[in-house]
Amino acid sequence: MSEKESLRSLDYSIVQQCMHCGMCLPTCPTYDATLLERNSPRGRISLMRAVADGNLEITKAFGEEMYFCLGCLACETACPAGVDYAHLFEVARAEVESAHVLDNPQRSLIRSLVLKALFTRPRLLRIVGRLLWFYQASGAQWLFRALHLNKLLPNRFQGLEAQTPAACVRFSHQLIKPVERPKITKYRVGVLTGCVQDVLFSSINRDTVETLIANNCEVHTPPVQPCCGSLHAHNGDIATAGQLARRLIDLFDVEKLDAILTNAAGCGSHLKTYGRLLADDPLYAERAALWSAKLKDIHEWLAEIGVRPPASTEVESQEVVTYHEACHLCHGQKITHQPREILRAIPGLKLVELPESTWCCGSAGIYNITQPEMAAQLQKRKLEKITSTGAKTVATANPGCHLQLQNGAQQAGHCFEIVHPITLLARAYRRESGKL
Amino acid sequence: MNPKVLSLFSSQFPSILCLTRKEDIIPYSFDGTAALQNTPVAVVFPRSTQEVAGVVKFASEHLIPIVTRGSGTGLSGGSVPTPGCFVLCLSKINRILEVDDQNLCLLAEAGVITAAIAKAADDVGLFYPPDPGSMKISTIGGNVAENSGGLRGLKYGVTRDYVMGLEVVLASGEILFTGNKCVKDVAGYTLRDLFIGSEGTLGIITRVLIKLIPKPTARKTMLAIYDQVENAAETVSAIIAAKIIPCTLEFLDSVTINCVEDYAKVGLPREAAAILLIETDGNTSAVQEEASLMAKLATKHGAVSVQIAETAEQAANLATARRAAFSSLARVAPTTILEDATVPRSELVKMIRFIQQTSAKYHLKIGTFGHMGDGNLHPTFLTNERNHEEMKRVEVAMKEIFDYAVLLGGTITGEHGVGLAKKDFLNQALGELNISVMRKMKTAFDPLGILNPGKIFDLNP
Ligand SMILES: Cc1cc2nc3c(=O)[nH]c(=O)nc-3n(C[C@H](O)[C@H](O)[C@H](O)COP(=O)(O)OP(=O)(O)OC[C@H]3O[C@@H](n4cnc5c(N)ncnc54)[C@H](O)[C@@H]3O)c2cc1C
Ligand code: SF4
Ligand code: SF4
Repeated sequence: MSEKESLRSLDYSIVQQCMHCGMCLPTCPTYDATLLERNSPRGRISLMRAVADGNLEITKAFGEEMYFCLGCLACETACPAGVDYAHLFEVARAEVESAHVLDNPQRSLIRSLVLKALFTRPRLLRIVGRLLWFYQASGAQWLFRALHLNKLLPNRFQGLEAQTPAACVRFSHQLIKPVERPKITKYRVGVLTGCVQDVLFSSINRDTVETLIANNCEVHTPPVQPCCGSLHAHNGDIATAGQLARRLIDLFDVEKLDAILTNAAGCGSHLKTYGRLLADDPLYAERAALWSAKLKDIHEWLAEIGVRPPASTEVESQEVVTYHEACHLCHGQKITHQPREILRAIPGLKLVELPESTWCCGSAGIYNITQPEMAAQLQKRKLEKITSTGAKTVATANPGCHLQLQNGAQQAGHCFEIVHPITLLARAYRRESGKL
Repeated sequence: MNPKVLSLFSSQFPSILCLTRKEDIIPYSFDGTAALQNTPVAVVFPRSTQEVAGVVKFASEHLIPIVTRGSGTGLSGGSVPTPGCFVLCLSKINRILEVDDQNLCLLAEAGVITAAIAKAADDVGLFYPPDPGSMKISTIGGNVAENSGGLRGLKYGVTRDYVMGLEVVLASGEILFTGNKCVKDVAGYTLRDLFIGSEGTLGIITRVLIKLIPKPTARKTMLAIYDQVENAAETVSAIIAAKIIPCTLEFLDSVTINCVEDYAKVGLPREAAAILLIETDGNTSAVQEEASLMAKLATKHGAVSVQIAETAEQAANLATARRAAFSSLARVAPTTILEDATVPRSELVKMIRFIQQTSAKYHLKIGTFGHMGDGNLHPTFLTNERNHEEMKRVEVAMKEIFDYAVLLGGTITGEHGVGLAKKDFLNQALGELNISVMRKMKTAFDPLGILNPGKIFDLNP
């Protein structure tokens, strides 16, 4: 959406494009769970349309419905009419926020902490990440749990404490130089380090840079990057999303780079919409459009330039891997075969298909915080499917999914490894060069 | 409605979910039909036949209209709420109760999704042939109530051909079972046939006993491209004259081909006038033989190219254009009106030409695709319901197309039903006597007129 849109001012053809055929219903996880139209894409769009038509106010129930939606965009993939649900959904949530129908002190506090304080300040986020790491590494977490201190937390956070992710020892800028060059440079690319990825999975960023170098890309990685704003855009805070977009664009030499790359599906899906987001800003509109054109998911890029298959080495033992598709990769960006191509290029790796691989795992941004029950149901369903494949390694390309699966597996006592496809590729390159 | 009635309902049926809040019921104010909308008073979700019967009794005591709804994918406004009604939604009565591989049949509750029935049959090596385009979400109850068709009509028939029995809640609240597992049965009137295609106006179907058949072991797919519609039609006639009944004979016209190319880019020649997707199934050797004969016939009758798939993957590729047809059309304009005028096979070319002329005459964009084997065409109007001037032209053009279909010995609807959308055309298509017999039937089954009133025809002319 652009920064000024509302359901009423939106080009009506966007709402009207839904012909209420219902083809999206069977792919929608929330409809699947309740079999109620209101919890379906078609139902939600009809409510948005009622608002646009002036037949419905923005009510609390409307607001709750917009937040019960996972934003997984499975409906977009299923829709024969090409309805731009992502756009509608962002506008609707933004309107819910400006109507303040869901406000309560607790929610406002969380929102301002998460969206305004934490995820706009990369340095602060790193400090929190550091504390988190210290909390875990020092044994404080163990003590906290042993003393049942989590009982002191408000109800909905009790489960979350168990989910506190393991923070990394080192952040991306400590692992990646601002510019790294391959022996022969064919392409020049920028790499986005993300916020969650940077704090929790900085090694994936390192792996990304290494695979790019192995594919003759000169890599530019600005050391301190703000959050891309996807969390804000998906949660109705468009103004902050706009500010973050401008800050991020300013860090890159958009004109000179061949591509700007992200390894986080949720970010990529949003980063590609900067053109639309900043369309009304005379200073940024043009660069933002160029940015959107050059923004690629890492798998998309590697497949486009023809990923170099790692040479086979003798030490490889067969590794059975299954692939969970992040919603914002398969539905949001329609990237489905590229990650599989990359996985299949890895010697010694056997890819087994995951049943329902495109069904949301329940992470959905901060959904597992706002709708813990639905999120837990989806997590369980996903883990059952994973177990049915017999694979011990699950590849997935989004930090949210990564955490959701890791937590779920831990709680249920499964011992699968959750990894990013690019990490598996980077390992294979390392094996090839004898570094592993 | 008197709010007391609603609270009375809730106190009588505490276990039945009853939605009345605006945000809950607006999503039930339409089905898959363009430009028809009305909010109900309440939407209720019974979970058993007994609960359905309870709701119907309550409705007849309080004279509340009942609009039955499956998944709301109907294309004639059948489940669009009538003023002051309760929507009775069967989506939560959705168990498959029995798969009987001795008698080749399956018993399902009305809310089971069509695709789930096809899968349950497939799991035991059997086949449920009706495959409406909406089968991933339509309910079997809705399919029976509309007597839905699909792509395989020519060879395998339509939903009616697979209904052996029905459990129906009558307007009185009594529960009727009609039919059984016997292949032959002539004891009395075949009541079940009356409910098939009755669009929720005669009774509420709660269970369906479905006939299954053995699964064909092989399948062969081919695609033929034509620069003249006539040649495609002649190929179809020649195939049938050669005593081959293909399971699929799908047609796309030039507007549809170009929309498919705009969206899905499957590499069809843009100047093509028609393509035919042909599929034959059966045992391996027959299928092989039929396929090569059909390819010869297509070439003989002027196909500019004929491709036969050698693998399942190639078959899927050849079918891409047909699969993408509806999506490609639906993207072009905000409002998509999918019609289903149907004519005897021998009149298809005349009908297609007439649609093309009408489209030019009224400056409308109409893409036509359809089932060439059974004469069922889908002229699809690509328009905008907010453009009132254009919608007027759409109405006029539509009427002319229906009139012409009837003139050719065809019908105004081959599979989507009459509902609200085709009501105004029914009289002319069927004549007064047909309608008056139908009215008598309706009054016999539903004397109070509470079941989906105002659909198909009005009780008082
Ligand atoms: C994309 C798309 C493709 C389609 N393709 C086809 C196709 O190929 N062939 C075809 O024939 N149709 C097709 N349809 C139309 C539609 O899907 C069918 O008519 C389908 O059978 C409707 O099922 P439903 O469960 O959605 O019923 P609904 O739309 O909910 O109801 C349809 C009618 O049946 C009545 N009804 C529903 N359930 C019951 C019941 N249990 N007892 C009594 N009455 C009941 C309703 O009152 C209404 O009058 C298509 C629709 C769409 C949107
Ligand atoms: S985004 Fe996902 S949860 Fe939301 S309506 Fe679409 S399919 Fe359903
Ligand atoms: S599939 Fe698309 S057009 Fe159909 S109901 Fe869903 S969003 Fe609307």
